[in-house]
Amino acid sequence: MPRTRTPYSQNRVGPGGRIRRRMPRDRPTDDSMESTVTNHTDPPTAVVEMRGISITFPGVKALDDVDFRMFPGEVHSLMGENGAGKSTLIKALTGVYGIDAGTITLAGDQVSFSGPAQAQAAGISTVYQEVHLLPNLSVAENIMLGREPRRFGSIDWRAMRRRSAQLLAGLNLDIDPGSLLGDHSLAVQQLIAIARAIDVQAKVLILDEPTSSLDTDEVAELFRVIRSLKEQGVAILFVSHFLDQVYEICDRLTVLRNGKLVGEYLTEELLRIDLVQKMIGKELTTLDDLEQRARSVVVDESDAANFVTAARLGRRGAINPADLPIAVGEVVGLAGLLGSGRTELARLLGGIDRADSGELTIRGKATKLRTPRQAISHRIAFSSENRRDEGIVGDLTVRDNIVLALQADRGWFRPIPKKRRDELTQSYIQALHIRPGNPDALVRNLSGGNQQKVLLARWLAIAPGLLILDEPTRGIDIGAKAEIQKLVFNLAENGMSVLFISAELEEVLRLSHRVVVLRDRHVVADLENDGLTVDALLALIADGSVEADDTDAASGTNGDRVAVLGASDASETSDHLTIDNVPGGRR
Amino acid sequence: MTNLLEAPQQPKLPAGPGTPSTRRLGATIRNLMTSPKYGPVIVTAVLFIAVFVIGGVRYRGFFSGQVFLNLLVDNSYLIVLAVGMTFVILTGGIDLSVGAVVALSGMIAASLLQTGWSPSVVIPLILVLTSVLGLLVGLMIHVFKVQPFIATLAAMFLARGLCYMVSQSSISITDPVFVSLAQTRIPLGGILSITPSVIIALVVVAIAVWVLHATRFGRTVYAIGAGEQSGLLMGLPVARTKVLVYVISGFCSGLAGVLFTFYTLSGYPLTAIGTELDAIAAVVIGGTLLTGGYGFVLGSVLGVLVLGVIQTIITFEGTLSSWWTRIFIGALLLVFIILQKVLTARRR
Repeated sequence: MPRTRTPYSQNRVGPGGRIRRRMPRDRPTDDSMESTVTNHTDPPTAVVEMRGISITFPGVKALDDVDFRMFPGEVHSLMGENGAGKSTLIKALTGVYGIDAGTITLAGDQVSFSGPAQAQAAGISTVYQEVHLLPNLSVAENIMLGREPRRFGSIDWRAMRRRSAQLLAGLNLDIDPGSLLGDHSLAVQQLIAIARAIDVQAKVLILDEPTSSLDTDEVAELFRVIRSLKEQGVAILFVSHFLDQVYEICDRLTVLRNGKLVGEYLTEELLRIDLVQKMIGKELTTLDDLEQRARSVVVDESDAANFVTAARLGRRGAINPADLPIAVGEVVGLAGLLGSGRTELARLLGGIDRADSGELTIRGKATKLRTPRQAISHRIAFSSENRRDEGIVGDLTVRDNIVLALQADRGWFRPIPKKRRDELTQSYIQALHIRPGNPDALVRNLSGGNQQKVLLARWLAIAPGLLILDEPTRGIDIGAKAEIQKLVFNLAENGMSVLFISAELEEVLRLSHRVVVLRDRHVVADLENDGLTVDALLALIADGSVEADDTDAASGTNGDRVAVLGASDASETSDHLTIDNVPGGRR
Repeated sequence: MTNLLEAPQQPKLPAGPGTPSTRRLGATIRNLMTSPKYGPVIVTAVLFIAVFVIGGVRYRGFFSGQVFLNLLVDNSYLIVLAVGMTFVILTGGIDLSVGAVVALSGMIAASLLQTGWSPSVVIPLILVLTSVLGLLVGLMIHVFKVQPFIATLAAMFLARGLCYMVSQSSISITDPVFVSLAQTRIPLGGILSITPSVIIALVVVAIAVWVLHATRFGRTVYAIGAGEQSGLLMGLPVARTKVLVYVISGFCSGLAGVLFTFYTLSGYPLTAIGTELDAIAAVVIGGTLLTGGYGFVLGSVLGVLVLGVIQTIITFEGTLSSWWTRIFIGALLLVFIILQKVLTARRR
């Protein structure tokens, strides 16, 4: 999709405004950004100005000294990976959360909201990520609730229907305002929530992931409305993880990472690739000199050598149909932002979620995975990114945790003999250097890295053919990280297939024979890792020039994916992009 | 696609003219029946009519206006209770204290009238006291986030205990105003008549219908039932409304207590045990979802009438013990809850 730039942004940041100074404080953030921002001129007054906002939840600093501003007649986007603090910042602005430190200024007055009602009264209108409407009431009521037109103390139902019909017509939504909200699809409900928000004549309109359930036409409609509101001088905060949409509609971006401010930028001056780097936290460095290990890539064979072949495997709302062949002994890395579908795809392969389209072939046999147990019996092990909730059992010992999957696979009526359990545990403790090396230690008392190793041991114990590792190195110390990476490499050398997911692109590159890139729930590229660079991957993750959409899906060829890189600045890698040298890449 | 379009012009043509509209009607009916909003109420209405007709066929003299009016006369206090309970259940709460509060207000009325207080003071006083009790319960639920079940259970024990504080035995009421209110029959032409209690109950119902359907407060009650968090994020006065429904329920219990004393002309600490469950049953049978959000006051009135008509049938049957009422109510409640589940589940 071409980047359309609306004329407003140029007008806004025209030469008329005063030179804006960066926030006075020095921030330990990307240096590249400082220069980007200081040169701008801004419209004179911000309608919202949040300064030094900090919010602490038990155990977590959700926001740490964050500044944020919004200008009238401008669409502003908050960008960041999950956990960056976007939703928290929004909830601080809308009075849902109280702030621990900092000030919020609305149209020049310092405010402190004790609830959403106050924020609404002050002119801040919000559409939340999840639809927060009432399925038991009519559409009209959902739009007008709390400010119903009244006559003689009674709600004037007719005026209410009329007004909401107008609003719906303004959104080109042809539904009966008297119908129950719960009878409409999620997308329509989302639009109704927006209708509610724009009825308030708000100064500030906050749209948190408003497009996640809308189709292209509905998004276009929404953008039309946003643009007209913008012309009326409303300040709009638009949060979306669809980069295309952000670049289409937004004038200004604020990037957060791990609860901290990375910076504020004008959309037109920030390349997508830079944006993604700032979100992920990777500098555009001179390439991390990875010790390029000699790789014996399994290139040539047919499907038979593939341990798993996914063909157009997909699940509605999670991941669009994707092809993913994994050869025996191959490490395939999945790269993409959070929400790009990387975990979702892995979950399909691990039998955690059921695919609703496509085929899965395991060792040459078409198979349907319905439960993780089936996956295990096919020797597919899935190690979740959510180590605490979906991985370890904290109150069991190291030994119990290690034998868990093997025991489950054998069935509960064939207990593993105690001696065998001890041997198994002992050997994994030694092989993986689990510390403390005490089989009777409770796993919750182990460090993150050692917990991860216990998990690995659990899955290795079932002798998997395919090991799916979702963020195995997140939140663990460097030493353990290196050990796990080495282990993955050794396992692959011994013929185990590994699907490796990590937010750290260097890690993905270091370990993978092949890298599959996902964006917006599509597989956008499937590349041989031969001279691939972090920059090239970032370009792929960021760039919107590829539409691996349904037309592509219909044609059934993967060839068009190659177009991706041609358009980007990573053309030096384009010769590796032919899909033909990827095992099983073409059916 | 084309097949579908041509279908009505097939040999079945004779039935043609009616078919599309019948089909549309059928769809409308199916839509209504499976709607969580209207379905259960319609079922209750049909049930009430069916039971009434069955009674009319089986028993001589059953199918008369006065039998119907007696349903209102005998259950006016329960109607008022059910109205208050409807507010509470619509928000997703529950009020177990209403039966005990009925007994308490009866006791207060009887003992104060005995000592010579004027009814014009006693009745307002009772209404204020029970409203305050409701307010305390509401605050307990809202401020301390106590489960409504527990908070109102505590209020129930408190009110019941207070009954015994007033007196351990029955106090009869001889106050001329109460006696005349108890005995007055308002003729409705012919041999039909009702009592002042019925008028009061119907006024309460009318006000409740208006409040729930035409005021912001009423709509907020529905909003809370569907999602307190959503209501909060929409900027609705959730806290105030949540407390207020318990005040309303308290007020209704007090009023129901007064109506009950018109009916019995005495105060007795053991009266109305289990009445809160009758009220809940009436509300649920009337189509209000226990989880809140869906339901109508008129449905609850219908629920009371269904309970009443079952009782009447058992009286007419003569040979059945009055405990059969309970068994029927229990079975009915079960059927209704399952029905609500089925109807709303098919929807989605």
